[in-house]
Amino acid sequence: MKLRQGTFSFLPDLTDAEIHTQVQYCIDNGWAVSVEYTDDPHPRNTYWEMWGHPMFDNPDAAAVVFEVNECRKQFGDYYIRVIAFDSSHGWESIKLSFIVNRPKEEPGFHVSREEVKGRSMRYSIKSYATDKPEGRRY
Amino acid sequence: MTKDSILEEKKIVNKIDLHAELIETGVEQVLIDLDKSLIGLEPVKTRIRETAALLLVEKAREKLGLAHETPTLHMSFSGNPGTGKTTVALRMAELLHKLGYVRKGHLVTVTRDDLVGQYIGHTAPKTKEVLKKAMGGVLFIDEAYYLYRPENERDYGQEAIEILLQVMENNRDDLVVILAGYKNRMNTFFESNPGFRSRIAHHIEFPDYSTSELLDIGSAMLDQLNYCLTKSAKNAFTEYINLRKEQPHFANARSIRNALDRVRLRQANRLFKENDGPVDAEKLSTLEEVDIRESRVFSGGIDN
Repeated sequence: MKLRQGTFSFLPDLTDAEIHTQVQYCIDNGWAVSVEYTDDPHPRNTYWEMWGHPMFDNPDAAAVVFEVNECRKQFGDYYIRVIAFDSSHGWESIKLSFIVNRPKEEPGFHVSREEVKGRSMRYSIKSYATDKPEGRRY
Repeated sequence: MTKDSILEEKKIVNKIDLHAELIETGVEQVLIDLDKSLIGLEPVKTRIRETAALLLVEKAREKLGLAHETPTLHMSFSGNPGTGKTTVALRMAELLHKLGYVRKGHLVTVTRDDLVGQYIGHTAPKTKEVLKKAMGGVLFIDEAYYLYRPENERDYGQEAIEILLQVMENNRDDLVVILAGYKNRMNTFFESNPGFRSRIAHHIEFPDYSTSELLDIGSAMLDQLNYCLTKSAKNAFTEYINLRKEQPHFANARSIRNALDRVRLRQANRLFKENDGPVDAEKLSTLEEVDIRESRVFSGGIDN
């Protein structure tokens, strides 16, 4: 099951040239772009591992694409995303986030149902991949 | 496939006016500015014109669908101090940007300190950081030979060189590297790092300025600051340049700028000493012969 998180996730995977264009848009808007990775695809897993520092002072997107490829070399089987942080007053949050790398096999999520008081149902989801310990999931 | 059939197949454009292209891209303007604002440096200007012509032709070939290859643009500038290497590098960045060979056209100037780390494992991230910053523009490495220190085999400079070479080769579309330094030492540097020599297509030499060129440079600097030399002061300054050139540590245009700073200092001092009533704009902006004659150079001393 293809993970649909972040912008562009219903489109086919972006090529490097497309990543370059998107990142250049972010840089031109003055957002700090950084690369993050994880092997826990749960939608509430907000904070992924950082790949290096956010790139504050690179005027060209080639540097980000370069780092994405470096990250792919080491974590080819992980989810990798690019995020752009807008530090301007009143926003101070992520403006754009999109996945640039995903594992070959994505087993999807298990929905668990729990019957609680008064026969009402409580649902939660859990990725099948996270059954295995960290680092051995994909 | 013959040339004609290629042209037929593409059919997008079949004629390109190189001259119109030159003006349209704004390259012509950069070249004219270069001619006007830089005094002397004829061989350098010729090389830059040639390079610009080559790049334009490559672009035109690409448009016509002929075989083309992004030319290697890495350069080395060698010449004595103060011959305008950094200034030309800045213009080069602008030129390459207008020609579409670098995307942003900014210049990142670094020296050994910015590339080489102080302990094991420090160099690679540091060098990569600098390279990333320079992507889409031009990386100018001043006094590049300091990167290589053969006398210390544990020096981290070698590591920086390896990363540089790798990026220069693999990311040729992303950045242009310009190495600069004094001629003799650059030659030794290239001899001991053959990888560098072969990856750099353009070796440009910056000649020393002649006395009259230095005088022109001095006048141009003064013009910008709204100062002028009297006729006798001009003669004295020519004499000064001739004497200064023979002395050690002569740094061409940079020495001229320093000398003029001192002349202005002496002029200010003189105006205070004379103390004859209020001064007008002309008096404030005229440099007299005495201001120049007071220099230590005339009595055999050394100026910086």
